[in-house]
Amino acid sequence: MTATILSALLSHWRRQPFQLLTLILGLSLATALWSGVQAINAEARKSYGQAADVLGGGGLAEIVAETGAIPVEAYAALRRAGWRVSPVIDGWLMGDGGRVRLLGLDPFSIPPGTPTGTAILDAGLDRFLGASGALLAAPSTAERLQGGETSIIALPDLAPGLALADIATAARLLDRTGFDRLLIAPGPQPDPTTLATTAPGVRIEPPATAEDLGRLTDSFHLNLTAFGLLSFAVGLFIVNGAVGLAFEQRRPVFRTLRALGVTARRLVALLAAELLIFALIAGAIGILLGYLIAALLLPGVAATLRGIYGATVEGTLTLAPLWWASGLGIAVLGTAMASATGLFRVARLAPLAPARPRAWAMATGRAMRRQLFLAALCLAAALAALVFGDGLVAGFILLGGLLLAAALALPAVLAALLALAQRTATGPLQTWFWADTRQQLPGLSLALMALLLALAANIGVGTMVESFRKTFTGWLDQRLVSELYVTLDDPARGPDLIAFLETRATGVLPIWHIDGEVLGGPAEIYGVADHPIYAENWPLLAEFPDTWSRVNSGQAALVNEQLARRHDLSPGDDLTLPQGLTLPIAGVYSDYGNPIGQVVIALSLLTQTYPQIDRIDYGVLTGGADTAPLKEALTKDFGIPESNMIDQAALKAFSLSIFERTFAVTGVLNVLTLGVAGLAILTSLMTLASMRLPQLAPVWALGLTRAQLGRIELIRALILAALTFVLSIPVGLGLAWVLLAVINLEAFGWRLPMFLFPRDWIRLGLLSLAAAGLASLWPAWRLARKPPADLIRVFAQER
Amino acid sequence: MLLDVRSLTKRFPGAEAPVTVLDGVSLTLDRGEALALTGESGSGKSTLLHIVAGLEPADGGQVVRDGTDILGLGDAERATLRRTQIGIVFQQFNLIPSLNVGRNLSFQSELAGRADAHRHQALAETLGLREHLAKYPEELSGGQQQRVAIGRAVAGGPNLILADEPTGNLDETTGDRVFDLLLSLARDEDRALLIVTHSERLAARADRRLHLSHGRIQT
Repeated sequence: MTATILSALLSHWRRQPFQLLTLILGLSLATALWSGVQAINAEARKSYGQAADVLGGGGLAEIVAETGAIPVEAYAALRRAGWRVSPVIDGWLMGDGGRVRLLGLDPFSIPPGTPTGTAILDAGLDRFLGASGALLAAPSTAERLQGGETSIIALPDLAPGLALADIATAARLLDRTGFDRLLIAPGPQPDPTTLATTAPGVRIEPPATAEDLGRLTDSFHLNLTAFGLLSFAVGLFIVNGAVGLAFEQRRPVFRTLRALGVTARRLVALLAAELLIFALIAGAIGILLGYLIAALLLPGVAATLRGIYGATVEGTLTLAPLWWASGLGIAVLGTAMASATGLFRVARLAPLAPARPRAWAMATGRAMRRQLFLAALCLAAALAALVFGDGLVAGFILLGGLLLAAALALPAVLAALLALAQRTATGPLQTWFWADTRQQLPGLSLALMALLLALAANIGVGTMVESFRKTFTGWLDQRLVSELYVTLDDPARGPDLIAFLETRATGVLPIWHIDGEVLGGPAEIYGVADHPIYAENWPLLAEFPDTWSRVNSGQAALVNEQLARRHDLSPGDDLTLPQGLTLPIAGVYSDYGNPIGQVVIALSLLTQTYPQIDRIDYGVLTGGADTAPLKEALTKDFGIPESNMIDQAALKAFSLSIFERTFAVTGVLNVLTLGVAGLAILTSLMTLASMRLPQLAPVWALGLTRAQLGRIELIRALILAALTFVLSIPVGLGLAWVLLAVINLEAFGWRLPMFLFPRDWIRLGLLSLAAAGLASLWPAWRLARKPPADLIRVFAQER
Repeated sequence: MLLDVRSLTKRFPGAEAPVTVLDGVSLTLDRGEALALTGESGSGKSTLLHIVAGLEPADGGQVVRDGTDILGLGDAERATLRRTQIGIVFQQFNLIPSLNVGRNLSFQSELAGRADAHRHQALAETLGLREHLAKYPEELSGGQQQRVAIGRAVAGGPNLILADEPTGNLDETTGDRVFDLLLSLARDEDRALLIVTHSERLAARADRRLHLSHGRIQT
């Protein structure tokens, strides 16, 4: 019996292949966009985990110097005092294929069981030490290191962008004398209080974990996830439409089956089984598409993460079975969500329920009111999150609530607008047109809701990106005050550089900094030279009248917006820096693109408090003159390699390229979401086309040609798309405000001003009209070519 | 006796007060007997048929079939009864549009686990549908569709056939043919037939006829 019923149910799809295609396509696209984003996130997180394991010594505590490196003598003293520690040198190696992080390790003292120790054992100690040492690296990293003198051993399990070497090899390659940190082996150690006397100037750091990097990049991944979710939701609109229509079209069949003795429970179970089959097929297709999307986007994401956060992510995908399972799971879950209402209705379907195949397209006023009520609830939840919420989750509740409320309210708003148009209509054809459009609205509402979401997301994200771009470029223009940036290999040559540039430049600004802990988090402390150019160019968000004179005299500090917002700091508050230096805050400055806190103090105070800082970076002012001759002189006459200099224009271009890459991913997702929405319109119109005949045939019989009817269908789609677009503008701007003022603030710590870009809206409006026009072209053409016999049959058949 | 309907009552909610559609209806039906039920629109004929088919509950009375009151059965048991013991013919045919004529014809017998290819072939022959087996319902005329519906109802070998206005959508000639077909299929295999019709002319050809008016049997 089960096979008989199933064959009857499945026979519907054989007769309606386009509907089946719609269902599979919608679900596949939804799954693809979701699982593609998940694949990117998973790949990035896996890389963070590997990197943190290796860099953080596999969860071991470390001894680090308060400033600079740990001298070899201090290490020796600690070992003699009974400290079981292992030295590490940490630096960057330039290969032909770019920078690679190099860790120098002592294979004899490294605690057993750590990821690095295991990697060395895997490679073989004799090969690791070798005659001139060897580098261990992941295969992709090994390729980037090719061309050097040191031999390279490829190890697949190592984190990407990282190389391991014997401590002596690393010291030679990086030209180091001391150590960056000492790994503390597990087990009993001497009393920590004796540390200061045994080796002054060092302290114990707790174990680092993947969380540190994860925390920095979480907001980026959250943004991607939110986009994936939005695309998934838009895809589900298609699935919901296709399933809802299929259920309504088969309503007479369900009724007949019930009348012929099939129980409601069996019918629902078989329908669920049928949907499960489709979900698994579409899920598998979606996962394959998702893989392609992820492979397409991952290099861009990897570049962004590397550029902004310094997080190295492999640019190629390796997919875990769990990802496949979760992709199929989300497809099944999505299908269940999209078909829950339909299945519930079938479960409650009485054998004598009226067979109304067009009920799907004839939503009642009550249903619309219910939807409006739900919209109000979503809006209330969004407002509650705005007023009472805190953190990123509240931000996303606000975002989701706003979008859902707008989408749910759309049919009612459109119905009201169409009713208004109907009242102003002149002549019977116009009146019929508006009335018929209103009648069609419920059938098209899901597709239009999907279009609204896609357009609003486009406007919102577009406004955010463009506002960010405008602010960021303005900020870069102000902030990059020097025309040329120079890095010395030998800090001792600093005074010579200043003397060399005395007649060749209008000023030299040392750019020295130290990394340290401020208010419990990582931060950079920069020193600024006493030069009026800072006061003229640095954008300050909050300040005292005499801010710069107080900073320059060493009486106050500036903090970046991130640090100020994170710890609710404002001018006048005291701030304690490493070494116990406490200064009042004199101002807050914008610092876009920097995920961590930053403090600016007088250069003299920086060098006096932290004498061991690296004095190698300088900004050179040329008064606007071309930097090329100066660069040439610095290379030829002073011996600074070309690679140690970067001019303002190149730095700006580099910063902007990072910016562009960051938003390239969201741009692609935006376009894909709009494409899915366009597809939703096409599928809705195509599936509605056959159900529209009983409504159109009488109009045809009354004197309209089929071509006229086709044109009217086209105009109708364009009008509905145009109205939806107009309504999407305020929703998109609301979304942009949430992204700029709430999400960005929570995720990155900075707030951006919002700018409006009406030209972009016009372009988007034309694009949505083109999408709707294209989507309706085929159904309209089919209607215009419909054989009269098909239309006559409407009158001949009792349906 | 195959069917014994006793004091059947059915009310539907009305605008002000419940409307009594069946008011103590009683009737009996023997094997091999064809009973025609006539009455004006809204007299309760279809409701009576639906209750006997187990498609609709009643507010009072009994429908005893082979010694069992079907009103006391649960949904699943009533479904089993419809699947295996009752053949229903609807005015709107209610064929499955996505299945071809052959599959529609054998559909209920397959549900009942009594599919018999030879019997289906013979039925198709009897019903004049042999050359239409590969077609879909929408390709058939109303009379042909109703013949498929009759074939579906009898293919599983039920002992009770319930027909609700089976000729209501057909012209007189086609209606006559369909009615004859129903009568012959019922009589030939000793089945009971309860047929609801508006047509006094057709009703006169049944073994017995009852007239329903305002929910009561008129004698």
